This record gives sequence, C-alpha cells and structure tokens, in this order.
Amino acid sequence: MTTLSPAMSDRQPATTVRRKVRVVSRRRRRIENALIAYSFIAPNFLGFAVFTLGPILFAFALAFMHWDGSNPIEFAGLDNFWRLFEDRAFIDAFWNTIIYTAVSVPLTLACALGLAILLNQKIFGRDFFRTAMFFPYVASLVAVAVVWNMVFNPEMGPVNMLLYTIGIPPEDLPGWAADRHWAMVTVILFGIWKSMGYYMVIYLAGLQGINSELYEAAGLDGANAWQKFIHVTLPQLAPTTFFVTVMLTIQSFKVFDQVYMITQGGPGTSTLVLVYHIYNEAFISWDLGYSSMIALVLFLLVLVVTVVQFRRQRED
Amino acid sequence: MRIAGKKIKPATIAVYLTVIVVTVIMLLPFAWMLSASLKLDRDVFAFPIEWIPAQPRWQNYVDIWTKIPLALFIYNTSKLTIIVTLLQLLTSSFAAYAFAKLHFPYKNTLFLGYIATIAMPWQVYMVPQFLLMREFGLNNTHLALICLQAFTAFGVFLMRQFYMSIPTELCEAARIDGMNEYQIWAKIMLPLSKPALSTLTIFTFVTTWNDFLGPMIYLTKTELKTIQIGLRMFISQYSAEYGLIMAASVVALVPVLVVFLALQRFFVEGVASSGLKG
Repeated sequence: MTTLSPAMSDRQPATTVRRKVRVVSRRRRRIENALIAYSFIAPNFLGFAVFTLGPILFAFALAFMHWDGSNPIEFAGLDNFWRLFEDRAFIDAFWNTIIYTAVSVPLTLACALGLAILLNQKIFGRDFFRTAMFFPYVASLVAVAVVWNMVFNPEMGPVNMLLYTIGIPPEDLPGWAADRHWAMVTVILFGIWKSMGYYMVIYLAGLQGINSELYEAAGLDGANAWQKFIHVTLPQLAPTTFFVTVMLTIQSFKVFDQVYMITQGGPGTSTLVLVYHIYNEAFISWDLGYSSMIALVLFLLVLVVTVVQFRRQRED
Repeated sequence: MRIAGKKIKPATIAVYLTVIVVTVIMLLPFAWMLSASLKLDRDVFAFPIEWIPAQPRWQNYVDIWTKIPLALFIYNTSKLTIIVTLLQLLTSSFAAYAFAKLHFPYKNTLFLGYIATIAMPWQVYMVPQFLLMREFGLNNTHLALICLQAFTAFGVFLMRQFYMSIPTELCEAARIDGMNEYQIWAKIMLPLSKPALSTLTIFTFVTTWNDFLGPMIYLTKTELKTIQIGLRMFISQYSAEYGLIMAASVVALVPVLVVFLALQRFFVEGVASSGLKG
C-alpha cells in the first residue's frame, strides 16, 4: 500500500496513472480477499450443498412424482397429495405427532426450567447434579430404551411391581408400551426423561445471563421469591424460552428413534408418528414419491409452527 | 431445624429433596442396567430388586464379545465418530471464521442457506439423500455416513456465533503483524474457541456415536454395522437374555460417558457463549 500513497506530484498525467494503478490493485485485493474467504467456506459448503441442499430440493420435487427407486420416474401431479386424505395411517400419524408435541413440549420445558432454577443456586454437589441430569441426553438411545422397556415391562418390570406393592390391583396396572392407551404416555415420559437435561443446560446459561441487580432491586421493592420469579426471571428468560420452545417443537415433530425402539408405532397405530410413516413408505414399501409428500407435510408443519412462534415473539 | 449446629431453612431442605429425588429418577435406569448386567437372566426381574447382586456374574461381560462381533461394531463406530467429529470441527470452524470475520460477496445469502436448513428435519430429505448416495455407489459404505454427518449447518452456526464474540481488533492486530488469514485462524481463533469446540465435539460425538436411523438405512452388511444397530440386532435376536443385553448396553454407553465427563466443564460455558440459548 505504501507505494500507492496519495501522489505528491502536481504533474497531472502521473497522478492519473497512479490512481488507475490504485483502482486496479484495490479491485485485485478485493478479489483476492473474496477468494481467501471462499477457500475457508468451500470445504464445508461443498459437502453441505451436495449432501444437504441438493437432497432437500430433490425431496420437494419427488413429492410430485411416482417412483419406486428402480423404474423410471413418472410425474404424478397432485396424486400423492390427494392420497394423504385417504390414508388412515397418515391421519393417525399426523394426530399422534401433534399430540406428542402438544404434551411433551410444555412438560419438558417446565421440568427443564424448574431444574435449572434449582441448580442455579449455590447448593452442595451442584456440578454432580447437573451432570447427572444431563446424562440421559447423551446416553445411547438403544441402550436406554431397552432398559426402559424392561423397567416398564407390564408383567414383571419393577415399576408395575412397585405399583402392585403399594396396593394397585393387577387388573388396574398400566400396560405401558403394550397398551393402546398407555403406549403414547410411555413414549412421552421417555422423551421427557431423556431430553430435559439438555434444555436445563440451556436454561442455566440463560439464568447466568440475568443481571443480579434486577433481583436486588426487586428485593428492595419487597418482592418475595415467587414475585421475583414472575416479574424478573420469566421476562428475562423470554429469549431462552423462545429458543427452547422452537427447538423442542422441531425435535418433537421429528420424533422417530424412541418410538421405533419402545413401541414400533403400535399397538395398532396408537404411536405411529409422521417420521415413522415416512420411513415405512420409503424403506419398506419403496413408495418414494408418497413418502416425500409426507415429508413435505412434516416440513410445512415445522415451518408454520416456527413462523407463528417467531411472530409471537416479535409481538412480545 | 438445626444440623451440626447450623440453622437450616425449610426451603433449603425442600430444594435438596427435590434435586435428590429427580437425580435418583434420572440415574435409576442406569443403576438398574448396571445391576442387571451382572445377573443371571432369571434374576433380572426378581422383586424386590437386589441392587448389588450377591454373586455378580462377570461372565456376562465375557460372553457378549463372542455372541455378537461387538469389538468390530465398536471399532466401526469409533472410526466413524472420530472421522466425523474431526471433519466437523475442522470444516465448521474454518467456514465460520469467514462468516464471522471476513467480507466477501454473497456472504449473507450463503449464510442464510445454512440457517434455513437448521430447522429442516433430516427426515424430510433422508430419502433423496439415500438415493443420491446410492447413485454415487456409496450405500453400504462408511463414507456415506461420513458425508452426511460431517458438514452440518449446526456446526457452522455454533462456531460462527462464538467467533462473533471475539473482538475483531484482535484479527486486525494480527494482520498488521503480518499474519495471513489462515495463520490468524490457526493461531488466534482456534485456541480462543475451546468452549465452542468442546460443545461441538460433545454434540457431534454423541450424535454420531448414538445415531441409529442413519446406519440402519445405509449399512446392511454385518461387518459394517455400528454399535447401535449391532446392539439392536442383538436385542431382537436374544430378546430373553436380559443379562447379556444389559452388559452390551453398558459397553455401548461407556465411550460417550468418558467423552462427556472429560469435556463437560466446557459445556455450560460453550452453550452460554455460542448463542445456543437464543
């Protein structure tokens, strides 16, 4: 840059030449800088574009096609869309997904917030408790699901044994995963147990960001613990709650693994969820167009809920 | 109430009681798993529960290695997890540096491309992704799983949020000292981003190690399978051998436990500083 410092000479032509050199060289620098930046992004972006962006676009196109994966693709128009309304299993899967989300999101949120508030205090062994709460989240799903199935085994599992010992007659004992009415409850309980520790950590991070002077001010105004919670903690945590709600909702809409391990979607279709149906249609029936249509529904569901939540947050 | 001469408030007792009860609920399934893994099948469901078996059956931990190729499954999973985690850390932090600290055309458009897919469930595009991989001849290879897990929008987003919090003056000072951008990334940004890198490591390691649907779709050959589908296969084949199933489950849990405990002190800090809290 030093060679291009403003020209001191009063001779007109030389200045023009120098200015030109400066413009060319500045543009060259800008291109060089852009190339350097792109070289940083390229390794990740190429993989991301090929293996994520591409398939997403393909998925949307596939929803309007008939394809079994080996014969030629045929254009299907809205066939797959109309089929949704006649597909009993899809309708069940749709409502089950909504129910799962509507129940597990608020419950997980409440548990996570409660735990975070308890474990944000200076109590003995706090780090141990935090780690313990978080552990189910990182534990292998296959392993914990099989334990869960054994512990909640209707005939010999310790949970029902305990319920029996405290006086519940055998015919009233819940059938858990094997019972139409209890299967969804079992899956939801498992989901809360497994994931609340993660959201607790996010809430802990949120709580640590609250200015302690706010509590002191509220204390001076004579607020009790409950009033402090309602008027300081909750409003201050609003961005965290928003984030947690969005994440939880998305996670709940795409629930699959735990259903697959605990109930296999059954009994009947009582715990069949959208992703399970997508999986069945794609990898069992090889009806790739129709499975993509269900995936499109899932995507629209996630999109609508996320947009609504964003709107509501902006209003607040 | 007084304990050891100190006055203790009822509220404090309530807090401890709640925390302890919840912790017990969270950990009880693991305790039950550990206990059952040392029992004979017929003793697993004995009630009341004998938490510490009088005669622990260590043989379960010997038998599982011969019943299924557990060692091979662990090797496969470790290989996948380590490669995916390293690639993820490297490419994400590399891309995130450009998004956070450099200026270039289409920066916002490209970043939006990442953000838009964060909320997109993988399940929406898993089918076309599978078809694409099959087209590349990658089904029944580990490479397919590496490709689909190593380049996530989430990783770039997490690292970028953290880099945004590092003062830009630091980079400018380094530039004046004659460092190029690659050196700034390697010598200044990477060492400063330990909390974010740890967070991403935990997330990637845990997700890859525990991934089930991915390997289930892509890997049908036994010699390629990961610990999760191997375990699942074992569970359906030997559904009544509870002791063995529990022992295998414990073995599948240990690596994640080790990584988590080693990195967890960075974790809350990482979540807090990376904007993951929203």
